[in-house]
Amino acid sequence: MKIITGNDLRTGDVIWWTGQGWSRLVDDAVEVGDDADAIIARENARQIVTDTQVIDAERSAEGVRPAHIKDRIRALGPTVRMDLSLKPADPEAAKWVI
Amino acid sequence: MYQYDSYDQAMVDARVAEFRDQVERRLAGEITEDQFKPLRLKNGLYLQLHAYMLRVAIPYGTLNSRQMRMLGDIADKYDRGYGHFTTRQNIQYNWIKLADAPDILADLASVEMHAIQTSGNCIRNTTSDQFAGAAADELVDPRPYAELLRQWSTFHPEFDYLPRKFKIAIIGSDTDRAAMKLHDIGIQLVRNDAGEIGCRFYVGGGMGRTPMIAPVIGDFVPPLQMISYLEACLRVYNRYGRRDNKYKARIKILVHEIGADEYRRQVQEEFAHILTLGLEPPPAELERIKGFFEQPGFETGLPDDIDLSDPDFALWVDQNTHAHKQPGYAIVTISLKPVGGIPGDASADQIRLMADLALDHSFDELRVTHAQNIVLPHVKKADLYAIWQKLDAAGLANANLDLIGDIIACPGLDYCALANARSIPVAQKISQRFADIGRQRELGELKLKISGCINACGHHHAGHIGILGVDRKGVENYQLLLGGSEGADTSLGTITGPGFNEDGIVDAVETATNVYLAQRTDGERFVDTFRRIGMAPFKEAIYG
Repeated sequence: MKIITGNDLRTGDVIWWTGQGWSRLVDDAVEVGDDADAIIARENARQIVTDTQVIDAERSAEGVRPAHIKDRIRALGPTVRMDLSLKPADPEAAKWVI
Repeated sequence: MYQYDSYDQAMVDARVAEFRDQVERRLAGEITEDQFKPLRLKNGLYLQLHAYMLRVAIPYGTLNSRQMRMLGDIADKYDRGYGHFTTRQNIQYNWIKLADAPDILADLASVEMHAIQTSGNCIRNTTSDQFAGAAADELVDPRPYAELLRQWSTFHPEFDYLPRKFKIAIIGSDTDRAAMKLHDIGIQLVRNDAGEIGCRFYVGGGMGRTPMIAPVIGDFVPPLQMISYLEACLRVYNRYGRRDNKYKARIKILVHEIGADEYRRQVQEEFAHILTLGLEPPPAELERIKGFFEQPGFETGLPDDIDLSDPDFALWVDQNTHAHKQPGYAIVTISLKPVGGIPGDASADQIRLMADLALDHSFDELRVTHAQNIVLPHVKKADLYAIWQKLDAAGLANANLDLIGDIIACPGLDYCALANARSIPVAQKISQRFADIGRQRELGELKLKISGCINACGHHHAGHIGILGVDRKGVENYQLLLGGSEGADTSLGTITGPGFNEDGIVDAVETATNVYLAQRTDGERFVDTFRRIGMAPFKEAIYG
């Protein structure tokens, strides 16, 4: 599947396009198909998100998993500081990245 | 230490006000990201994997306690309670909000600091010997010259848009502690047979995807012509450096392609012309700057004896202190490399503790090293035990300086948008594998350096053991290099062969150390043994 990611202009947070807006959780990301360019153009014009891009991902029962390790690290947080990640209570969360 | 004059302060304050306006306009949607990006980068504000990252310049790695404390306070107030000291003697914050950036810069300006020219194709923060002004083996204190370089290079209009970024290091000792020959320009202050001081210019070194050791271009330039010679070096580069290909745009490529002799000839020609223009700062300015670097008021008649009855303290003194030029004093290096830790990271509390120790015990001075450690340059030997106890209580008494546990590592794919592989987890696993300090000391000096991509921020080319992370079809892979070095015996490491996964590279490092232990002769460091016996025995042991 194709999903859109970017960074919140104000905070820099990694965010994912949900179909209606932006979420910090990659599991909220939706397939954008052929609409990616139009969505990115529209959202960039709103000046609330930056560094937008389309990436490959897979959806399974566990959620959405970006295809590339760099995007998985973006989705989770630094694997070496799980306390700063989106899953600070899950000591095994870094395994999802690899 | 140098203190800003009104001109310095006005420049920095004006830049803060300017950037505040730019950020407000960006947040209001009045300028686009394409317009804003070069402006934020001019102020050291990057967008990395998880957030904005602010890189703060620490001129020639020198700080006072007020500045260091501010770095800790910024970590608490605007970031997530820690900072990362880099291989260019700077500090980076990883979790900055755009709206906070102007306030951070204002806080920095209040202690005579900034983030200007920590990005972009300009002259970056000049680096130097972390033991400057303190080392027993020092010939000339390089800090006044480094400060002159800072003033010359800051906002230099001619060199604000070079073909690529430009890094200068300057030292004043025979011992090179600044990896000088691996910079775009390395300047070594030397003395000739007549006792005169001169600048030896090494030009065209660098790491990255095409590592090169800088050749000598100017053998003995009078210090009062140093700036003119630099102008000449930069002008020739600015004129002929390639702008069509960023991978061939560094000065090392130009020097290599036209040859050192031809580059030197052109520099000499330009230098002769520049000398007629009177661009050199007046000698009085250098003398004014030197006044800020007078020797601190050292006590005399202090004993050199240290009570080493505490074995852990004795170990730390042996490993982490160096000879000071003043009897009764020592140079302390605080290792930011705890077992299993993140190289170069320090918490806000740790940063403030080091500031306090500098104020109380080191004439209010600290240094950042390119090996991502912190130095207290002027410590009474009689104070060492009290300092060690405070460091130990804060997790900062790691007695592993220059040992295999003292690993340099870039932020890698855990933070960096350019990285191809994670560096920090590899550093942590190696650190844990070699956690036993007795084993580390048995291996002796062994500089291990890890980069998460070919840009080589982790200096892997210059590691006795170097590790380069690469992306192999979306999977992290690690190449092993052996035989690099960064000091007077600068050399570039050689790749052993096929790469490894994360666990495999740790095993390969251990195998290489086992070959060294089996093959070394008395007094040989790892890199010495490698140079004597060559790659073959290592390769055979690693790949079978």
